[in-house]
Amino acid sequence: MTTPLDAAEPAVQAAGSGDGRPAYRGTLRYALSKAGGALLSIAMVIVGTFFAFRLLPGDPVRALAQGRNMTPAQLDLERHRLGLDKPLIEQFFDFVGKTLRLDLGTSYEYKRPVLDLIGDRLGATLLLAGTGLVIAVSFGLWQGIRAGWRPGSRFDRFSTGVSLVLWSVPTFWLGLLLLMTFAAGIGPIPGLFPTRGIESVDAPDGFAYVLDVGMHMVLPCLTLAAVIYAQYLMVMRSSLLDEVSQDYVTTARAKGLRDDDVRRHHAVPNALLPTVTLIFMRIGFVVGGAVTVEAVFSWPGLGQLFYEAIRVPDFTLMQGTFMLLTVAVILMNTLADVVYHVLDPRVRSA
Amino acid sequence: MTSVTWTRRRRALGRFWDTFRHERPGVIGLAVLVAAVVLALVAPLFIDESVTNVVSGTGERMAAPSLDYPFGTDESGRSILLMVWWGARTSLLIGFLAALLTIGIGTVIGIAAGHFRGWIGAVLMRVTDWFLVLPSLVTALVLAAILGGSTMTIIIAIGVTSWPSTARLIRAQTLAVEARPYIERSKALGGGHWHITTRHVLPNVAPLLLASTTLEVASAIVTESTLAFLGVSANKTSWGTMLRGSYDWGAVNQGAWWYILIPGLCIVAVVMAFTLCGRALESVLNPRLRKAGA
Repeated sequence: MTTPLDAAEPAVQAAGSGDGRPAYRGTLRYALSKAGGALLSIAMVIVGTFFAFRLLPGDPVRALAQGRNMTPAQLDLERHRLGLDKPLIEQFFDFVGKTLRLDLGTSYEYKRPVLDLIGDRLGATLLLAGTGLVIAVSFGLWQGIRAGWRPGSRFDRFSTGVSLVLWSVPTFWLGLLLLMTFAAGIGPIPGLFPTRGIESVDAPDGFAYVLDVGMHMVLPCLTLAAVIYAQYLMVMRSSLLDEVSQDYVTTARAKGLRDDDVRRHHAVPNALLPTVTLIFMRIGFVVGGAVTVEAVFSWPGLGQLFYEAIRVPDFTLMQGTFMLLTVAVILMNTLADVVYHVLDPRVRSA
Repeated sequence: MTSVTWTRRRRALGRFWDTFRHERPGVIGLAVLVAAVVLALVAPLFIDESVTNVVSGTGERMAAPSLDYPFGTDESGRSILLMVWWGARTSLLIGFLAALLTIGIGTVIGIAAGHFRGWIGAVLMRVTDWFLVLPSLVTALVLAAILGGSTMTIIIAIGVTSWPSTARLIRAQTLAVEARPYIERSKALGGGHWHITTRHVLPNVAPLLLASTTLEVASAIVTESTLAFLGVSANKTSWGTMLRGSYDWGAVNQGAWWYILIPGLCIVAVVMAFTLCGRALESVLNPRLRKAGA
């Protein structure tokens, strides 16, 4: 369901069941069942979040009081304000009701509704993660196709090696290195890019502003893309390797097509399918990368908000951002399942 | 009887080693990783925990590498070399234990989901898929933050968030093993669930487990360093906490490259060693992968 391998299972079953139903009805039913699964997953996230934040040994009020002098009476008052003195079951229904109404509580640190804070930060994260993802995907797929078409070639060994190294490099460390080399400047290299944030303090207007944000984006985007592109490369490569030995590729070659045409019009379109789905399915990995990158580069996005919530710690904020990130990832995965179903006729009639 | 078994096992091991020997990257990885583990284990013979003590720093603050301090010093004049050496103990310990926990949970759930068809298997797979979808780093951060940072907590946070892929792998393998006729024979002879899973399925998935444990250690070390860097750490010197320190104390702006470079290189070297080793094991144990090369 969530790995490309499994996509093969329905494909096998599908081969035998060509019962001539209209395809769109199957797709609709499939989409509905996936949506049901997603709803169940989201419900599990809400329930899981509630119990994780209530039952695990950390006392939120005690944690809030860290470093602040609070009398027992003040602690009790705080407990009452947060509703922690009510019976657990009542707290649970309160929590579920509020969450469903998108009331994620008020941040202790910022004294503002969590939802507002999230709204403020959403744009920056979408900009960073979106750009990083586009770069990683286009670069990864392009390299993966080249490497997979000629396995064992110098290019293949080089790009596999590079992706292996990048796979082993912690995201934040790569960020630190880039920050040190290209932002702070070291030795003969001057500081080329800004070290933190999304815009300069005295940000200009108009086109100059776009340029300013662009300069701020270079290093974070590069870090994010470098870490995630490796897996797209590997997936594309092995997916193409699977196709190269298929009969239809041999047929295409036997027809006398040029090598480029065989690759571009025959092998790659088929190999792209599992890869494209995987782009959506690994979105959780991108989210983790974005949190780290935003923390290193002080990028004012959701990831940094979450990171601040953990550093404080601000449990209401942490819980709100956690649920939002998780639900977003679940929705993306469900979308990937459905898109795969629509794109690949082999799994459609299953 | 037993001597026959042991001879057979020894021969199998010999064959395994013969194949592994020809996987050059794997051998290099194994060498690096044996060196790292040995260095971490013998560290207490030469140094003790005081090298990580803030007040016992003997050098200049943020001094560049010199003869006395081959890798320079940090913000309180502690030797980076000694701290990296001592920190290897925490990083490797958390890496190994978290990987064991990951593999443990993954194996139990995977075999159970593959062995018990019907609703138990379905529920287990549903739970696995749910965990698989969760953004694992974000979940691990939340868990570690709630549980408070201790070595044990970090291990649990990593283990609880990274087992699902192992469970899926093991389930697939369990299904393959249980489709073989000798399992049916065993059932006909009255073998129960426990007998079948521990005596027939487990030995068959064990080689696979070895490879995935090795790969899992690599990713656990990266996760540990990331958790430490993002501020939920065991308060013990590890490579991740050192990098956190370098960030907090502005090594980036002061151009103290040794403070950032050295702990990071240690992580990359060890993680790559584990990855190379794990991939070599995978390709030795699963020749189908060797063909695909990925």
